[in-house]
Amino acid sequence: MPDVRANPDAEPIVSLKEVHKRFGDNHVLRGVSLDVGRGEVVAIIGKSGSGKSTALRCMDYLETIDSGAITVCGHRVDQHDVDLKALRLDIGIVFQSYNLFPHLTVEENIMLAPRSVKKMPKSEARQLAHRMLGQVGLLEKASQYPEQLSGGQQQRAAIARSLAMEPKVMLFDEVTSALDPQLTGEVLRVIEDLAAKGMTMIMVTHEMNFARRVASTIVFMNDGKIWEQGDASILNNPQTEALQDFLRNEL
Amino acid sequence: MNASFAMGYLTFLLQGALWTVGLSVIALLWGGASALVVALCRISPLRSLRVATALYIQLVQGTPVLVIIFLIYFGLPSLGWSVSPLLAASLSLSIYVSAYLGESWRASIQSVPRAQWETAECLALSRLQRMSKVILPQAVRIATPPTVGFMVQIIKNTSLASIVGFIELVRAGQIINNTIFQPFLIYLLIAILYFGMCYPLSILSRRLEIRGSDKAYA
Repeated sequence: MPDVRANPDAEPIVSLKEVHKRFGDNHVLRGVSLDVGRGEVVAIIGKSGSGKSTALRCMDYLETIDSGAITVCGHRVDQHDVDLKALRLDIGIVFQSYNLFPHLTVEENIMLAPRSVKKMPKSEARQLAHRMLGQVGLLEKASQYPEQLSGGQQQRAAIARSLAMEPKVMLFDEVTSALDPQLTGEVLRVIEDLAAKGMTMIMVTHEMNFARRVASTIVFMNDGKIWEQGDASILNNPQTEALQDFLRNEL
Repeated sequence: MNASFAMGYLTFLLQGALWTVGLSVIALLWGGASALVVALCRISPLRSLRVATALYIQLVQGTPVLVIIFLIYFGLPSLGWSVSPLLAASLSLSIYVSAYLGESWRASIQSVPRAQWETAECLALSRLQRMSKVILPQAVRIATPPTVGFMVQIIKNTSLASIVGFIELVRAGQIINNTIFQPFLIYLLIAILYFGMCYPLSILSRRLEIRGSDKAYA
């Protein structure tokens, strides 16, 4: 994967410094530091319980951190007076369970935020929705309800819904983990397309081959810390026993 | 008892039944509007508001509707407010409805998966938008069958208004009975009329519930 960053030396778009997070007695993040530059595609891998999803959720202020600093697109996410609306306009996030709104059709799902938040006129929002659905190959499903779609289609629609808000960073939280193996491909292709277009992305994933192919940086988390970080070559030559074990179990 | 005489009684009874329906509709509309406020206060981020509404619900649910009617019909005039039987009945039934439906609707709102709220939040929707455009439309579907079922309780409880002299179905029957002294016949007729109003609602509630569970979201 060539380095698609416009300017790798520029200010990172997402930056975590010594982030700690506890859930009660459970010390989930134990000093995580990570810089992500514009156009970078970062894949976070690791066992379940290693803190990778929590790290991702902290970036969107879905969890508050106990100490450390997080900056995303210039917003200080660690501070309590962070402008959440401005933050959420800059970040798109897609979840494992798609979370489409079941009472709205696919296109209405996509139109809701542009209309409510950006006050976009209805016809313009519909055009936008159709453009986004075209991008994820679901144009013909525009007027259907989520329950009429397969899991893979729902997840693609959820990605289209996020993209419609034109985020600067996309976060993907194990977006293929709830899907049958034959449905993961269609979702991964959509993400791969986005990567090719230069979207900055951070994804928590179990799809090792996908991470190897698409990610510019692979981050291995274990026990609430980053143990190894680098390009795909770290998967061929793991330095720590934990990553060796992890890769053995994944294959 | 000649036929036209009997027709007169029947008309009077049916007029009473109409007031039973009218009072139920008033209680449902006023009570329902208050119930929405109660439900939203119960899930408010403000602790004091949550505690205050919880207390209100406990107070109302722990008090017989009859006592609430007495409080309003006899209690308020002693404080210098005059209250008509219709107003007293409407007000007390609305209070009763607001507490029960409020609690039921709170449960409906909270049974919409948390992830829906979180997803709407991540799309930059404001609190009000999340509630009105994402959560409430889903909660309404969940709340409809039990609400229709609860309308049966409202209809039956309007009979309490007879005690303060409001002429609904039961009071109409009492008045007729005072002239013709045929309690079994009259109260049987009243029971049939109540059943005729309540049974279709019970059936509808069941149908809605079955249809809802068929179309349950994945």
